[in-house]
Amino acid sequence: MFRKRPPPEEERKVRANDREYNEKFQYASNCIMTSKYNIVTFLPVNLFEQFQEVANTYFLFLLILQLIPQISSLSWFTTIVPLALVLSITAVKDATDDYFRHKSDSQVNNRQSQVLIRGSLQNEKWMNVRVGDIIKLENNQFVAADLLLLSSSEPHGLCYIETAELDGESNMKVRQSVSVTSELGDQNNLASFDGEVVCEPPNNKLDRFCGTLYWRDKKYTLSNQNMLLRGCVLRNTEACYGLVIFAGPDTKLMQNSGRTKFKRTSIDRLMNTLVLWIFGFLVCMGVILAVGNAVWEREVGFLFQSYLPWDPPVDNFLFSAFLSFWSYVIILNTVVPISLYVSVEVIRLGHSYFINWDRQMFCSQCNTPAEARTTTLNEELGQVEYIFSDKTGTLTQNIMSFNKCSINGQTYGEASDPLGPQPKRLDFTPFNPLADPDFCFYDDTLLEAVKVGDTHTHKFFRLLSLCHTVMSEEKSEGELLYKAQSPDEGALVTAARNFGFVFRSRTPGTITTTEMGRSVTYTLLAILDFNNIRKRMSVIVRNSEGRICLYCKGADTVLLERLHPCNQELMNITSDHLNEYAADGLRTLALAYRDLSEDEWEAWSERHRSAAKAASCREDRLAATYEQIEQDMVLLGATAIEDKLQEGVPETIAVLSLANIKIWVLTGDKQETAVNIGYSCKMLTDDMTEVFIISGHTVQSVRQELRRARDRMIEMSRTRDGKEEGVEGCFMGNGFREGQGDSRGGEKQLQCPPPPPSNLMDNISGEFALVINGHSLAHALEADMETEFVSTACACKAVICCRVTPLQKAQVVEMIKKHKKAVTLAIGDGANDVSMIKSAHIGVGISGQEGIQAVLASDYSFSQFRFLQRLLLVHGRWSYLRMCRFLCYFFYKNFAFTMVHFWFGFYCGFSAQTVYDQYFITLYNIVYTSLPVLAMGIFDQDVPDQRSLEYPKLYEPGQLNLLFNKREFFICIAQGIYTSVVLFFVPCAILSDATQSTGVPLADYQTFAVTTATALVIVVSVQIALDTGFWTVINHVFVWGSLGLYFSIMLALQSQTLFGIFPNQFHFVGSAQSTLLQPVVWLTIALATAICIVPVLAFRFLKVDLKPQLSDTVRYTQLVRQKKRKPAGRSVGGAWRGVGSVSEGRLGARGSSRRSGYAFAHTEGFGELITSGKNMRLSSLAMATFASRHSSSWIDTLRRKKHSHTNTPPSASGESSPAPSCVSGSIPPLSNSSSVLCGSQDAPIEEETGAAPDTQTASTSSTQNPPAPAPASEAADGLAQTLNAGVLTPAALRSQGGDSPGGWTISLGAVQEALLRWKGRASASNSPVKLAE
Amino acid sequence: MVKEEKEIANRPDNTAFTQQRLPAWQPMLSAGIVIPGFVLIGLAFIGIGVALFVTSRSITVLEIDYTGIEKDSACFKCSNTDVKNCVCNLVFSIDSLFEGPVFFYYGLSNYFQNYRKYAASRDDEQLSGDLDAFTAPSDSCSPYDYNSNDKPIVPCGAIANSMFNDTFVLYRVVNGANKLVPLDGKGIAWWTDYNVKFRNPSVTPLKNAFNNTVKPIFWPNPAYQLDASDPANNGFINQDFLVWMRRAALPDFRKLYRRIADGEYAKGLPAGNYSLTIAYNYPVQSFDGRKKVVFSNVSWMGGKNEFLGIAYLVVGSLCVLMSIVMLIVYAKFKFPEED
Repeated sequence: MFRKRPPPEEERKVRANDREYNEKFQYASNCIMTSKYNIVTFLPVNLFEQFQEVANTYFLFLLILQLIPQISSLSWFTTIVPLALVLSITAVKDATDDYFRHKSDSQVNNRQSQVLIRGSLQNEKWMNVRVGDIIKLENNQFVAADLLLLSSSEPHGLCYIETAELDGESNMKVRQSVSVTSELGDQNNLASFDGEVVCEPPNNKLDRFCGTLYWRDKKYTLSNQNMLLRGCVLRNTEACYGLVIFAGPDTKLMQNSGRTKFKRTSIDRLMNTLVLWIFGFLVCMGVILAVGNAVWEREVGFLFQSYLPWDPPVDNFLFSAFLSFWSYVIILNTVVPISLYVSVEVIRLGHSYFINWDRQMFCSQCNTPAEARTTTLNEELGQVEYIFSDKTGTLTQNIMSFNKCSINGQTYGEASDPLGPQPKRLDFTPFNPLADPDFCFYDDTLLEAVKVGDTHTHKFFRLLSLCHTVMSEEKSEGELLYKAQSPDEGALVTAARNFGFVFRSRTPGTITTTEMGRSVTYTLLAILDFNNIRKRMSVIVRNSEGRICLYCKGADTVLLERLHPCNQELMNITSDHLNEYAADGLRTLALAYRDLSEDEWEAWSERHRSAAKAASCREDRLAATYEQIEQDMVLLGATAIEDKLQEGVPETIAVLSLANIKIWVLTGDKQETAVNIGYSCKMLTDDMTEVFIISGHTVQSVRQELRRARDRMIEMSRTRDGKEEGVEGCFMGNGFREGQGDSRGGEKQLQCPPPPPSNLMDNISGEFALVINGHSLAHALEADMETEFVSTACACKAVICCRVTPLQKAQVVEMIKKHKKAVTLAIGDGANDVSMIKSAHIGVGISGQEGIQAVLASDYSFSQFRFLQRLLLVHGRWSYLRMCRFLCYFFYKNFAFTMVHFWFGFYCGFSAQTVYDQYFITLYNIVYTSLPVLAMGIFDQDVPDQRSLEYPKLYEPGQLNLLFNKREFFICIAQGIYTSVVLFFVPCAILSDATQSTGVPLADYQTFAVTTATALVIVVSVQIALDTGFWTVINHVFVWGSLGLYFSIMLALQSQTLFGIFPNQFHFVGSAQSTLLQPVVWLTIALATAICIVPVLAFRFLKVDLKPQLSDTVRYTQLVRQKKRKPAGRSVGGAWRGVGSVSEGRLGARGSSRRSGYAFAHTEGFGELITSGKNMRLSSLAMATFASRHSSSWIDTLRRKKHSHTNTPPSASGESSPAPSCVSGSIPPLSNSSSVLCGSQDAPIEEETGAAPDTQTASTSSTQNPPAPAPASEAADGLAQTLNAGVLTPAALRSQGGDSPGGWTISLGAVQEALLRWKGRASASNSPVKLAE
Repeated sequence: MVKEEKEIANRPDNTAFTQQRLPAWQPMLSAGIVIPGFVLIGLAFIGIGVALFVTSRSITVLEIDYTGIEKDSACFKCSNTDVKNCVCNLVFSIDSLFEGPVFFYYGLSNYFQNYRKYAASRDDEQLSGDLDAFTAPSDSCSPYDYNSNDKPIVPCGAIANSMFNDTFVLYRVVNGANKLVPLDGKGIAWWTDYNVKFRNPSVTPLKNAFNNTVKPIFWPNPAYQLDASDPANNGFINQDFLVWMRRAALPDFRKLYRRIADGEYAKGLPAGNYSLTIAYNYPVQSFDGRKKVVFSNVSWMGGKNEFLGIAYLVVGSLCVLMSIVMLIVYAKFKFPEED
């Protein structure tokens, strides 16, 4: 037998029920371990990790140096106390974290599962489950490992799983066992099952599995359809048996969870670099001084030996210089005191508490405050450039609600005046005992219509109660539970239920409903299932009176074409309604029916049967038969479903994008759903120049599509720029002059127009969006495509990735991190977001939605997406600002402090004599100067929080890293060195000749030391006073307190009492009193302070005057306003505060009409499943022997369809796919690349907004006709026209747009008016397309 | 009800502190503050500078180098280290009354009292009269802790050992006769040094405390015989010793030697010729050092110090100049007031 090497597993062999055989391969057991330490390894490993930090090692090294008496120029305690403190604090924190990991690991590992061992079921802990074991799962249990489904309690070896933990999709999925094993049935047979599985090695592909089962000399192919993956939950299935294929770390779930990485902020990394530089600087200083020492010892010290002989070990000047080098390293080390690291941690902790304490990030509905789970990333929140957001549960609440409907030309559910009293929610219970109490509807006219027995209304709801694939479960009488495959359908059926058409139960052949309190059973003749191409579904039922009727619901675009001509008038009205709904961001469906005669049904049924049996082209033939019957229908009306966005999502996204943050949505959802949400949450807008869709299946096609999109962008922006040059106003913020908004950095100016392009892609001026599919993304993420993808995607304003796996989410984040060097933030709520949350610089978990995995993995958590704007724009910005100011000041004060020693070196024979008392050196950083800068680092504010939200542009300095970078660092250091020069040479020049009034010279060492130290403390205190922009009581106490503390501690340390106790420790006795009584000393201090501070003051004044930053301006206007005592808050601010309450998580009105395609977040196949009866419980099946008409495996059909549908040509009717549908997946193969979402506009703006039916006819732009240059020039003409007409603000455009501007629109308009540098292009070139009918 | 309570439990406190709404003073560098501020500071500095400069001008300083390197120097003969107990006479004249009180300093240059090892070479416990430290001086005194016979040196260390030991006697030449000018050596050291930091052991007679110890190698007399004229001015509280032990910060320094304030010289030194007799003991030539004597009077702000006044004048003028520049800039690029 050849031995198999475990590491690169090429193929996995598993034999059922044969542990001995499987042990040979040493597969990983089912025990997972995410912890880092155990009790024994904790101390060494943790210390090892901590000493990997440059800083810690550096301080350890210093400590060792200080223990050598020949070198030690400072007492050892100046270093060891802070070092030990820092190490132990970190160790305690790490230990706590790891303890919780241990706890959660052991909780998971100790879950019970039933394992079939030697023919009997035994309870085993999860960790003891081995590869090759057969385990039994029961309903609602978590799957313990990756299993091959062997058999199930349900017929045909089917079972249902929920994969929310894995991929975030909350609908149920079906798995089926291989037929031979499903027949095994009970556990006795299973115990003797000895099949062998040969399959692929562990990998992270969730949707793929390929393997072979060898059993009784036969081969059976295995696919993902046979697998139950760890992390799934078994649903609607009593029990099932599975064979463990992958266990523990090999499972796809664990393979998909990204590695836990220690996150560092960019400031951290910069700080470490700077510490290294400073260390280099230190070495340079040391070398200079050591050379000086060598020269001095040779020239002077050698001669001076009569008074100061060389130490016996130091017998020559070179050795002396060598020692002096190390001595200087010790005394100059205070340029990076360890208190830097402690202070940084303290500041971050303070900021974290402010986040936790923020009431405006507290959600009262779910009673959860925001939580900063990591305390080390706060300032990075002020630098975010990319946000990666999950959709379901993050942007949306994942609740579909039946919002409006149009029945026979009458629209219902119109929201009344938002300013008026809140309409009352309808109470259905008196009318209908079966009503769902959670259902919300506000328009009682509809209920009245039902009550009076309006036939159309009844038909409408009958259709909704019959035409669907929902399953019902009635636990007790009247307590109905619908299991809908898509939440849209659930919402529709629930609506019908509440309006008196209650779907009760179904069998493969019947549907039982309660219509207006009367039980009715329909015979279900056929389900014409939904698919992406048909975009509709129908049922054919025979009612109790024997009449046959076809009910159809589907996308309006397809359905309206199939109506009987007599519907024309109704169609126009309904179409208007649909436009309105779509403009409201609702998901619409049109409903229609057709009465069939018995003959028609018979004839069609025959054709259908033969088509279903067809061996070849079954799909197409079925589609054709469906097409035949779904004709000449009578329109009933339309429904509008709201995919409820979370509160404030569009506003948040708008504000964040104004802050120059790019938002990417990464969702496991379907493209259509994702795009829909993209529109309703304002990421995609009709104002966008173009939306590209990448859905290629091969590397080449994806590459081609990306290139085409990019070329298009360059082309568009070129034509646009050409036209706009010279006209484009240059507005920053709320209309400040150009240049005021310039960055502090000077070089990296945020000017508009932007500097000439170094790279064309960085300079795309239009608003583009990109939608990319999961399978295309897989190609786009390949190494050689990455740059291409990044350059295209990053030029877009919005990017939506659909159908992405958890790992792909992480990969996208990693890719941006790698290529863009930008700070990324990932926000999500589900287990499928964990890897993304972990790999982004900052992970945010939405708490209280889909479980807590995301929250546990996150760095910050809160319960509403909208809190993100406050987290970033307020807390993040402040944190960044404070941290930067802190660092600048900190480096400054330490250089000012330390470099004095350097200058003194030239006067004391380079002997490493300190200028100050050693107690002053010890206390300077931790007592005298720490608190004021800490107070500034924790409490400082340049502008108040509401201003940060009003002026999102204030966020930009953080993204560009302007407040603390290498340049700023050098400025601080230069200032520090300048201060040190002044602090040394001014006292030096003055005191050398000065005397007390008693004639005693002042040039003694101790007087000099006290004078310099006092001047230093005063100068740095004045400096912090200048730097502090927000003087709270605490700042006052700390600044004045530190000064007071300095004098009192100094007087105490130099008092006679202390000297009396330790005469050898306190040499400075009496110096303070003696020195500070001298007027000359105070004159010296005043002079030094003036020389240090006056230039800074002048420089700052001139800078604010000549080159004010936006924050200066905002601050200034704020102060002026306060002085003038105007009522606080401008109209913008007022509007903002009002926003949250007015727009209940939904976009009020879009500027133009864009008809959402259809509402199905739905996969096909369920109709077949229902009619085949396979998903019916045996118990619930009236006819257990019901023979399926489609006995061929429907799952195969399903799979085939899935793989082929995107390439299938559109339906033969020659429909011209209008704008919305081109994002919906039915892209014809010829042009299925970057499809043009919005073409050009044929009518002038004014007419376009009229929305009259007759203007709708004009647009012919289809996916097959990408706009040629002609529309572009037209657009340009339009632009010129608008510009000639005078100043046209976006708000004006909006009101011109004619759609009722809700509170949201007003506020957004106002904000844009105030903030956007409006380029005068808002309307012309990209007006939307009317629906072609 | 219960739910409400729970909600209150989780909701963060609404305090000014937790919500970061503490009332705060938000200073802004506005022209209205900065420009007048600069003018004010500038004028104040100029005022002080003028006062200092004028005061400094009124102070007289007389400095005489007596190292004896130059051949024409009176102490040239003493600069040879082979000559022991050399005495030289320095003659100088004062044109007008040298207003009193006059202070008499000696000065040394190129002398590194601030060298780290030199500075550390002392034993403060010994100097505070601790008898244990007499017998066992601290290591820091090395190599001046024990003599070659392993006897402890008191006071130990390089500073004490290198104590300045030139002595001066000043005569006023009146009609060819030398008239002794009385020099006051009391209170020339810091009060804390004399009363706190340096203490003689409480042993009488003082000499007994020094049993089994030896005097520093360079010293002619042991510590208890530093001042033969005044028994109280001996041991560690000898004023000259205290002055020497207070190390200078810079390599060129001067130290107070005596005050001239007694009797007829209380108003100062009258014009005329003076003769200074120097007992030249302290060698400095080996390291290119210089020795000098300085006579100076003081004002309210101490001795002569022209730098201070000039510096104040310069800084003050720059402030005023800066304020003008800022005014021009402000007028030209006015900060947007109400946009």
